[in-house]
Amino acid sequence: MGSVQSATLTDLIITFLRENFIAARSLKEIKTDESLLDSGIIDSTGILELIMFLEDKFNITIEDEELMPENLDTIQNLVSFLSSKGV
Amino acid sequence: MCGITGIYRVKSGEPVSKQELIPMTEALRHRGPDEYGYYINGNLGLGHSRLSIIDLSGGSQPVYNEDKSICVVFNGEIFNYIELRELLQTKGHRFYTSGDTETIVHAYEEFGADFVDHLNGQFAIALWDVKKRELILTRDRVGILPLYYSLLNDGTIIFASEMKGILASGLIHPEIDFAGVNQVFSLWVNIPPRTVFKGINELAPGKMLTISESGIKERRYWGYIFPGINEYEDKPLSYYTSRLEELIYDSVKLRLRADVTVASYLSGGLDSSIVSALVKKHHNRDLVTFSVGFSDEAFDERAWQMEMVNHIGTDHRMVNADYDSISASFSEVIFHAEKPMIRSAPAPLFILSRLVRENGIKVVLTGEGADEFFGGYNIFKEDMIRRFWARNPESVKRPKLLSALYPYVSRSGRGNAFWNSFFGKGLTDTGNPHYSHSIRWGNTSQVKRFFNDGLLDEGYDAASELEEYLSQDIMKWHPLCRAQYLEASLFLPGYLLSSQGDRMLMANSVEGRFPFLDHRVIEFAATIPPEYKIRGLNEKYILKKIYGGILPESISSRPKQPYRAPIARSFIDRDTIASSMFDGDTIRRYGYFNPESVELLLNKYRKNNGTSTGERNDMAIAGIVSMQLLHHHFIEKRSL
Repeated sequence: MGSVQSATLTDLIITFLRENFIAARSLKEIKTDESLLDSGIIDSTGILELIMFLEDKFNITIEDEELMPENLDTIQNLVSFLSSKGV
Repeated sequence: MCGITGIYRVKSGEPVSKQELIPMTEALRHRGPDEYGYYINGNLGLGHSRLSIIDLSGGSQPVYNEDKSICVVFNGEIFNYIELRELLQTKGHRFYTSGDTETIVHAYEEFGADFVDHLNGQFAIALWDVKKRELILTRDRVGILPLYYSLLNDGTIIFASEMKGILASGLIHPEIDFAGVNQVFSLWVNIPPRTVFKGINELAPGKMLTISESGIKERRYWGYIFPGINEYEDKPLSYYTSRLEELIYDSVKLRLRADVTVASYLSGGLDSSIVSALVKKHHNRDLVTFSVGFSDEAFDERAWQMEMVNHIGTDHRMVNADYDSISASFSEVIFHAEKPMIRSAPAPLFILSRLVRENGIKVVLTGEGADEFFGGYNIFKEDMIRRFWARNPESVKRPKLLSALYPYVSRSGRGNAFWNSFFGKGLTDTGNPHYSHSIRWGNTSQVKRFFNDGLLDEGYDAASELEEYLSQDIMKWHPLCRAQYLEASLFLPGYLLSSQGDRMLMANSVEGRFPFLDHRVIEFAATIPPEYKIRGLNEKYILKKIYGGILPESISSRPKQPYRAPIARSFIDRDTIASSMFDGDTIRRYGYFNPESVELLLNKYRKNNGTSTGERNDMAIAGIVSMQLLHHHFIEKRSL
């Protein structure tokens, strides 16, 4: 279990998406169980931008093998994954 | 603004005459066409060419203290002169003018050589202390205003706002310093005090020279300081936005102090849009704005400029830059810039300042500095991505983030392997203090291949001069701050504020003012945590947070477009002085470049219908034509 609250992490990610990606800015609501890729909020390059931000923010390193949909494709999955990395 | 000159025969004691100062000062007439002033005190002489902006009728220079024991000539503006004057009056100083120059002499009387710490402004100052027979030369903190000096064999020091002022003295023979040229073709700029002319030194920003019979002392009175990588204060974003907004508001307010109309540049980017919007909102409902548009759509930003004009409502004037006008003006551009360059982008700004002057305006505000201090440049993001990649160098996914920054990486027919190799060079060398810039500098250095063998002294290594010039604390700082520091110490004063700034403005007697370069803004910006400057790849995040509300969404969310101008099509096969610099005879006569290599390069462009054949080749074209023009003006023609 990580040290940052899930709700705080969720807010951080949603804010980041809204501030950095036009598609996210125009949505009224970003659902935490919705695929970020399928919904068009973010593309594969955008995922990398998000990962870079999270690595810098929490001083963690994510392996290539961990860059897979079950870890990253929804906000819920991302939060669980980050918690498993000790965030 | 103005131009200043001087001669101090400190060792020989021989008198200086006004006749010696006249050609030096008149060589700077473009900087100050309104009036000339001279001062002679035995073996010391000062000259001044004036552009009247504050205290139009009473601001003649030199200016003195009460008993004329201190004399100053000065180029620039002291924006806090009203507050400083009040402070000095409470301490008993009596003023005989209403302008800003006089605050310098009284501040010197009050604070000694530390007077400079009390100045909020942009300046190059020559101050003469009659009793001590001591000359002080100093320059503003970040290098907005220029100052050059030469030390002659007999101990005489001569100085001027531009190198052409020194050359006009006839005391220095114009001769190219190839180590200086080597620096420009590696780092894009010179490392002060070196210039591209032998025997002419640039006084570095933030430094002060004190010259007296006991010798010459140099000291740095101001420099960039960032917190240690783990030493940022734990404060919320709102603290930083609130304080920064106050500081920028005050900086703009101070920079509107003038007895003439102050207009604003409007490039269509974030920074000048913020400045213009602030002036319009808080200070001047009749704001005049200026911009440059390009016939070549790849460089044109007029759609965004007009969006801002319509959004805030300004009286806007635009000049169009095309290949012909860039080409036709480039000879004058190099005459004023006094150094070679690997870009053509100063030329449209030369054309723009001419438009400003034609409209009767003497002062413009611009957005310079925001990119350096709030993380606007792609080179900062490139550094972030390469470090992200370097954490797992074997990753095949991480380098793909480069395509978010440089779309050509994914569109290019060269494929990922090529770009991975290009950006992967030195990838894991993250302990290199110049990591952020090593690819750029390495790429630029390839242009040196066009020079004749042996000319640039291939054994010369700029690294040791660079190490000596830069702060020893750089590795204690966050990587973004290291990259910001390199940009602010080198590219900002050495190119942006000089070749592309002061020189292009003063060529048409226009003064630039730069609200983001107020030292209080810079010092506060240094304390802002890097994640509030660039968030993900979202540059200048904190500025967007503060000013998003007064800008159209299309401007505040627009990715930064680097300001560039067309190169090859402007210079190859046109009927201009610049284009004639490629003539085989001229290339051979001047002797800098290998004629066969130049011809091959030109033919490559001709076969490609004049369109770019790559970044390095574009840099080579601009570098060759500008180096040739430098020779044309200062060695061959001596057009002073």
